[in-house]
Amino acid sequence: MKFAIYSGMGGVAALLLSTAVVHAAGELNALVWCDHTDPELLEPFETAHDVRVNVKEYEGTAAGLAILNQSRPGDWDVMVIDTVDVGRAVDEGLLAPLPSDELPTSEFFPEVVMPDNNSRDGVTYAVTEKFGYNTIAFNSSKVDAADMQDMSSLWSGKYDGRIAIYDYYLPVLGLIGIEQGVATADLDSDAVEALRERTYALKAAALQVSDVVASQTALATGEVDILIGGGEWVTAVLSAENPELDWSVPSQGALRWSQSIAVLEGSESKDLAVEFVKYITGAEGQARLATSSCYWGMPANKAAGEALSDAQKGALRWDEQADYLARTQLYPVPDADLDLAMQDLWTDMLQQ
Amino acid sequence: MTMERQEKQRSFGFVAPALIWTCAFFIVPFVVMLLLSLAHLEGREIVQSFDLGNYVKIFTEPSLLKGIFVSLEITLTVTVISVLLAWPLAWIIATQVPERYQRLAIMLAVLPFWTSYVVRSYAWALVLGQNGVVMQSLIGIGILDEPIQIMATRGATVIGFVHFFVMLLTLTIYSNLIQLSPNYARAAADLGANGWNTFRLVILPLTLPGIMTGAFLTFVLCIGDYITPQILGGNNELTMPQLIMLQLGRRGDFPMASALSVVLMVLVTLAYAASSRWLKMERV
Repeated sequence: MKFAIYSGMGGVAALLLSTAVVHAAGELNALVWCDHTDPELLEPFETAHDVRVNVKEYEGTAAGLAILNQSRPGDWDVMVIDTVDVGRAVDEGLLAPLPSDELPTSEFFPEVVMPDNNSRDGVTYAVTEKFGYNTIAFNSSKVDAADMQDMSSLWSGKYDGRIAIYDYYLPVLGLIGIEQGVATADLDSDAVEALRERTYALKAAALQVSDVVASQTALATGEVDILIGGGEWVTAVLSAENPELDWSVPSQGALRWSQSIAVLEGSESKDLAVEFVKYITGAEGQARLATSSCYWGMPANKAAGEALSDAQKGALRWDEQADYLARTQLYPVPDADLDLAMQDLWTDMLQQ
Repeated sequence: MTMERQEKQRSFGFVAPALIWTCAFFIVPFVVMLLLSLAHLEGREIVQSFDLGNYVKIFTEPSLLKGIFVSLEITLTVTVISVLLAWPLAWIIATQVPERYQRLAIMLAVLPFWTSYVVRSYAWALVLGQNGVVMQSLIGIGILDEPIQIMATRGATVIGFVHFFVMLLTLTIYSNLIQLSPNYARAAADLGANGWNTFRLVILPLTLPGIMTGAFLTFVLCIGDYITPQILGGNNELTMPQLIMLQLGRRGDFPMASALSVVLMVLVTLAYAASSRWLKMERV
């Protein structure tokens, strides 16, 4: 007897959803990441279209797909999703085609348009809205910035006990692979297994393995001086109060994260949903999304630069994007078995 | 219909709500969890196979087995330290504080209960950090030359737990102590017992129901807690609730999460069996 794993997860999701989704006229329901819940981001669109945007946060594509599977068609209009996972949602028939000629992708950083991920057979199903890096964040007043240009310095012993590891196996194992010369696209079960000792050694040098909030707290309070897996999404939002917090893309490279926005096939307000996508990917929406109170990140649309201050662009390393985009790789996209193998290694590492 | 039958039906009517509640919210979910623990994950799908594979994995895979030992070690350490701290505190409140101030003293003792559990854990993270008040005070008065690491260790987890459970144990032991007649101590003294013997042979045994009730509650709450080790332990070792959350939140492995939960329940049941002879709620 087989049943989709999502049906199990759906028990929890259904409880959460039972009171959450009430679709009314003049409302848009958006399944989003935390950066889209900022009232300053939503308010201009709500005012311009005399509509209320109801947002629900989720983390991880699996959780987002589980919520959709437990919802009625039409409950949700818009979804934010990892760009590398857009194909999964297309495979499940969840996304509606977007009018590509109405989207401002010609103004985007070319590397983040990512048609291979956002389109299928020439049809655009999602559009990149924000990107950034999982790399090394550090306190520049306590760490030699030159060391942060070489990832191997993290294993040198010099920073033992002063390191936090971001508790997300995909980017961190991807980073360790890059440090070992393995491209994220080449990570298979053998390559992952070969990273075991290096991963354990990193854990031995680290003080803690922590989620976003705990990592930010540890870095901001001086508990640790280095965060592996961090980047502008950790330090930029703290830049005003903690200007010494910095980040680097080391010589070996780093990981690039990218999020897309899409309209759901079941939406009964597709026109309004498309307008929302156009607002989010337009210059004003992009600037607000880039500096959202939850986390900052680079806007996909270069035109947002006109709406950002020099200080904000400095925190995002606006002028260095060409170099960073050239030297960074996308997240690993493991199949189910490789995903479990990576998680097994991660659990073993935590228990070391 | 006979009177006896009517009486039985009426009795059942009184019991029925509790029975239905227990069935709906304990027995049925537990049976579902038990069945799910016998399934396994294939790719992203759950296959109901009715085998013990998950249990075998728990006891043979080092990272999972270690979770059981870590949980037990932390829980037993917390329980013992909390009892050792709570008993004197409860005794002082019950016997040394004037009766009219006892309520205030108890209220002050349980004041931290009023704070959110998560906020309290994050507060401890700041207090125990390298730049926290504890470390800076120790350095300031010359006891330490440089900060030592407490945060993100098992010690931090234990401190966070003990802070919480000392309050709970103080309540159960205090409520037991104030029921004891002073005549017990007087009688022991009349019979020639010194203070130590009076404590050891009379007072302590009489407060065992309060101690064991509090200790059992501490064990149950501590071994099932996710927040404190997650925030204060720095993810440097995983307890069973953390492993369960990993299975649920990240792997989507509901069968393994169910199996770990069943093992957790067995541990709690064993703790109950070990302490049941002293668990007399009417004495607390």
